[in-house]
Amino acid sequence: MALELLEGNIAFAEAAIRAGCQAYFGYPITPQTEALEHMARRMPELGRVFLQAESEVAAINMVYGAACAGVRAMTSSSSPGVSLMMEGLSYIAGSEVPAVLVAVMRGGPGLGNIAPSQGDYNQIVKGGGHGDYRPIVLAPATVQELIDFTTEAFDLAEKYRCIVVVLTDGNLGQMMEPAELPPMRPVRPFSERPAWALTGADGRKPNIITSIYIDPPVEEAFNRKLMAKQAEIEANEVRYREFLLDDADLAVVAFGTAGRIAQSAIREARDQGLRVGLLRPVSLFPYPYARVAELALQVRAMLVVEMNGGQMIDDVRLAVQGRVPVEFYGRMGGVTPLPDEILEAIRGLAAKVPPREAVG
Amino acid sequence: MSALTETVVYRRPESLVPIHTHYCPGCTHGVAHRLVAEVIDELGIRPITIGVAPVGCAVFAYNYFNLDFAEAAHGRAPAMATGLKRASPDRIVFTYQGDGDLASIGAAEILHAAGRGENLTTIFINNAIYGMTGGQMAPTTLPGQRTTSTPTGRDVEFHGLPLKMCEVLSQLDGSAYIVRRSLHDVPNIRRAKKAIRTAFEVQQQGLGFSMVELLSSCPTNWGLTPRESLDWIRDHMLPAFPPGDYRVHPALAERGATRRADGAGGALDGGG
Repeated sequence: MALELLEGNIAFAEAAIRAGCQAYFGYPITPQTEALEHMARRMPELGRVFLQAESEVAAINMVYGAACAGVRAMTSSSSPGVSLMMEGLSYIAGSEVPAVLVAVMRGGPGLGNIAPSQGDYNQIVKGGGHGDYRPIVLAPATVQELIDFTTEAFDLAEKYRCIVVVLTDGNLGQMMEPAELPPMRPVRPFSERPAWALTGADGRKPNIITSIYIDPPVEEAFNRKLMAKQAEIEANEVRYREFLLDDADLAVVAFGTAGRIAQSAIREARDQGLRVGLLRPVSLFPYPYARVAELALQVRAMLVVEMNGGQMIDDVRLAVQGRVPVEFYGRMGGVTPLPDEILEAIRGLAAKVPPREAVG
Repeated sequence: MSALTETVVYRRPESLVPIHTHYCPGCTHGVAHRLVAEVIDELGIRPITIGVAPVGCAVFAYNYFNLDFAEAAHGRAPAMATGLKRASPDRIVFTYQGDGDLASIGAAEILHAAGRGENLTTIFINNAIYGMTGGQMAPTTLPGQRTTSTPTGRDVEFHGLPLKMCEVLSQLDGSAYIVRRSLHDVPNIRRAKKAIRTAFEVQQQGLGFSMVELLSSCPTNWGLTPRESLDWIRDHMLPAFPPGDYRVHPALAERGATRRADGAGGALDGGG
């Protein structure tokens, strides 16, 4: 395999194919439609399932059905479309079938616009649909990560029988940069479908996939099972990236595109003599609370940068527990922050918060 | 003793689980379940058949059929069944849906499944009311019919007119077999079974979307006895929702069918 110049949307679609995705259902919505178009070309030529659904509501329920059949199934969409999928995502979570969603965020609320945004952090990371559940959420900052996380998403979804969301934005979806695709994996043969899958009760008891537990104590027991699974995910699947944090007395915390831009700002700030580093959470659920808490004992302040009005900052504050000031810089509505703006915010924070020694 | 032989004339289909259902006395869901199960047994497709249950009174249908089963979100059974069928094209996939599920909240999903000619079979229970939530207006509630959300009767000026799903879906070229039958008496139940069998055969032959609408009773929410309910189907539902063959794929018609929508049923189901 070699580096190729790849657009994000096409890159994740092809990565999914190579990860053995056997069924893709979607509905056109900017800024991720190139993924659907790539699937429309590629899946039929490989003898796999592509279907343009009548709506995102139908698309996610088709994913639900295909996932029940025991095949690797996915969809992709953008903010207004993902909102329509929340019903189906809740059912998928409530019946523990594996499914993958690539959510390419755009400006909102409402119809918003088609520019990059991170305004759906709370919706996606905190569950989104009704009931107690959390999907695993992975946030890439490069096309390569978009490929890698989409590939891994299928393995994680099957390992935990849960939803995995690759949460990105229109910036990464439509950006072209050199990246390497994984080797092609074959799709699972029918005879190797999981034992729980709906394949027909041939010589065995019927399999039933449902999310209804009408007796509250039984539903509670199921919820406890989901919680136990989430605890296992929190113990095993925390991922983050760091940049120049070893000697830092200021930390920027930012994910995805915002993290990538913050990295440029941090390079410049270092040139200006500021000891600042970056923590870029990669798994948004499970969130790297422990690493943030550790940093709160090291740095004198943190700056959270997001392309929204301040959503992930709640998780940072939860981990920091008031030990150091946590400030926010955000752009909204599809506006992407420039490195200079973030640099200014870093400089402002450095000037405002006294050195840690002085705090005592 | 060895000279004695036993002829079984009636027994529980293998495709039904031997337990009591939660359905109300006099409700025709039990009849519909049994007809579907008998057909699946007779076609020998039980090991390859997957059902999709709705939200509504039949939400627990998966407990009663001895089949692999999924439970869909309200109205989404055709989309879920599409995913199942596309992932496993050699399986037999059917949905079992009520009128609120299919004709109201799931109107888009059933319309597009039919429009795509999705190779699925749908059993559509039309009892003109929401059963599970306690008797509210359905899209198939008749003009003047009292429900808990039309307490003075369905005023068509205010609530609009009933949706006739066989008439609607029969207009779509993806539909291969769209028929309406009734469960109010034995001759009609026999016709219903033949239609259900044909619908599953249509899927086996890959001809496209098939749906059997079954006019059904809801004694509890209609406020009638089981006996009165069957008469109410005959007297009130049959005129509004005439049984008949609304769309029959030419490949079936060649088998000697005549298309009739006059309540008598077609030659396809043997008359009677």
